[in-house]
Parts: sequence; structure tokens; C-alpha cells
Amino acid sequence: MFNNEMKLEFISKSSNEAFARVAVAAFASQLDPTIEELADIKTAVSEAVTNSIIHGYEKKQGVVKISSWLTENEIIIEISDKGKGIENIEMAKEPLYTTKPNLERSGMGFTIMESFMDKVDVESIVGLGTKVTMSKTIKPKEEKDEDEFKMLMSNN
Amino acid sequence: MESKFYEEDKLLVLKITSEIDDYVVQEIRRKADYEMERYMPRKVVFDFDNVTFMDSSGIGFLIGRYKFANIIGAKLEMTNLGSSIKRIFEMSGILKLIPTVD
Ligand SMILES: Nc1ncnc2c1ncn2[C@@H]1O[C@H](COP(=O)(O)OP(=O)(O)OP(=O)(O)O)[C@@H](O)[C@H]1O
Ligand SMILES: [Mg+2]
Repeated sequence: MFNNEMKLEFISKSSNEAFARVAVAAFASQLDPTIEELADIKTAVSEAVTNSIIHGYEKKQGVVKISSWLTENEIIIEISDKGKGIENIEMAKEPLYTTKPNLERSGMGFTIMESFMDKVDVESIVGLGTKVTMSKTIKPKEEKDEDEFKMLMSNN
Repeated sequence: MESKFYEEDKLLVLKITSEIDDYVVQEIRRKADYEMERYMPRKVVFDFDNVTFMDSSGIGFLIGRYKFANIIGAKLEMTNLGSSIKRIFEMSGILKLIPTVD
């Protein structure tokens, strides 16, 4: 089923955000993604990890976990914390909804994850924590070349 | 972040030279506010040419600077947005508040 798997754990310091997204991107690069696909993955990971650190754990220290799996043409990424949890997930996902406007947050994190990944699933229990599972299909290179060829032909 | 002030036009150009995430944005914010307060510009241009990564922290940062600019009577503009950064700003609707220029 899965061709590859990795797990990563780090404490909830914002200085770890860059490390986390770069590590997942390096793992994803085995699927030979385009630069844009890689940028999408990095951004989505950054959103989920940042949420765990600033909303899940707030000022307390905790552990953020990342698990990731590769299939033939898909990456699945699970990011979880044992922080305070989300009361209303539907509301949290709404664009511009934020509980921390005073920290200059804009409430766009989930919207960005949903637009940059194919699927985003959020599970959360108040007082226990939050788990975000995202996946993205990475087209094999031949298909991309074919698409490009078709586009070139239709442009002419 | 590199800053350059053009006295005759009262123009402040702030070139961001790092990735923009929740960790580094604190430093960029401090620096931007400091420079804006120091020069009291009429216009501030944020240059994203060297920004290789940005997440939603960048949206919050710009809305914050937009509010600060309103207080000191300055206009904001952005330039050199890469495609990924542009998509993020488009989603947030911020391009209606802060125009982009070439
Ligand atoms: N891991 C988490 N633990 C607890 N609450 C969370 C978690 N992730 C998100 N939330 C809640 O969901 C809200 C929306 O999250 P989202 O990422 O969309 O916006 P934001 O983080 O507030 O702002 P932005 O991501 O634009 O900086 C948050 O304000 C917070 O209340
Ligand atoms: Mg967020």
C-alpha cells in the first residue's frame, strides 16, 4: 500500500517551523514534484505546524508530531498536537475566522491548506488535541509532460 | 530586511530578505514599524523579490502594517510578488487594500 513512511517529533517552538516544512518537502521530493507542488506542500505544513504551536499549545511547551506516507503518486501528511483542541471545527475552517487577531493572525490558515492540498481532514477534541490529515496527488512526470504538450498544441 | 528612504518623495522601500513565517515575522514586524516611525514616509513599498517562502503569517503582517500606515498617514504598496505569494494574498482579499506595483 505505502511505498515509504516517516515520522518526526519536535517541541512546540516556532523556530522549528522552517525545519518541519523543509523536512516534509525533502521527503515529498521522492515523488518528483514540480517546484509549485513542493511550495504548496511546504506552505500547508507550515500552516498546520504553526497552528499547533500558537493555538494548540499557546505559551506552553508540548510536542508536535508529523507522520507522512508516500504511495505511487500521493503524499499523505498527518500533523498532530496534544494541545487545547478546537471547539467548533466548521467555524475554525471559515476564511478569516481567528481566535487570535491581537497576534496579527488573519484566519486564513485552513483556507490555504484546503486550497494548496487536495484533501484536508481535521479531527479535534477539546482538552486532548488536534490532528490534521492532508493529502496531495503528485502527477508522475510523463503525465505532466503530456499535459504540457496538450496545452502547447491547443495554444497554437 | 533592507530599508531605503527617498527623502524627496518621502518614499520608504522595505525589502524583505528572509522567509516569512510565524517565527521570523516577529523580527520583520519590529524592524518595519521602527523604520516607518523613524522616517514618517508618505508611501511604503514592500519588496518581496527575495522572499522564497511565505505562509499566512505574511497576511497578518501586512494587515498590521496597513493599520499602522493609516495611523501615520502613509500609503502601502507591494512589489515583486512570486506566484505562490500572490495566490496567498489573493485568497485573503488583501490586494484590494494594498495595491501591487511593478
Ligand atoms: N492545532 C490547533 N489547536 C487549537 N486550535 C486551533 C488549532 N488549529 C487551528 N485552531 C483554531 O482555528 C482557528 C483558525 O485557524 P487558521 O489557521 O485558519 O487561522 P489562524 O491561525 O487564526 O490565522 P492564520 O493561520 O491566518 O495566521 C484558530 O484561530 C484557532 O482558534
Ligand atoms: Mg493558522
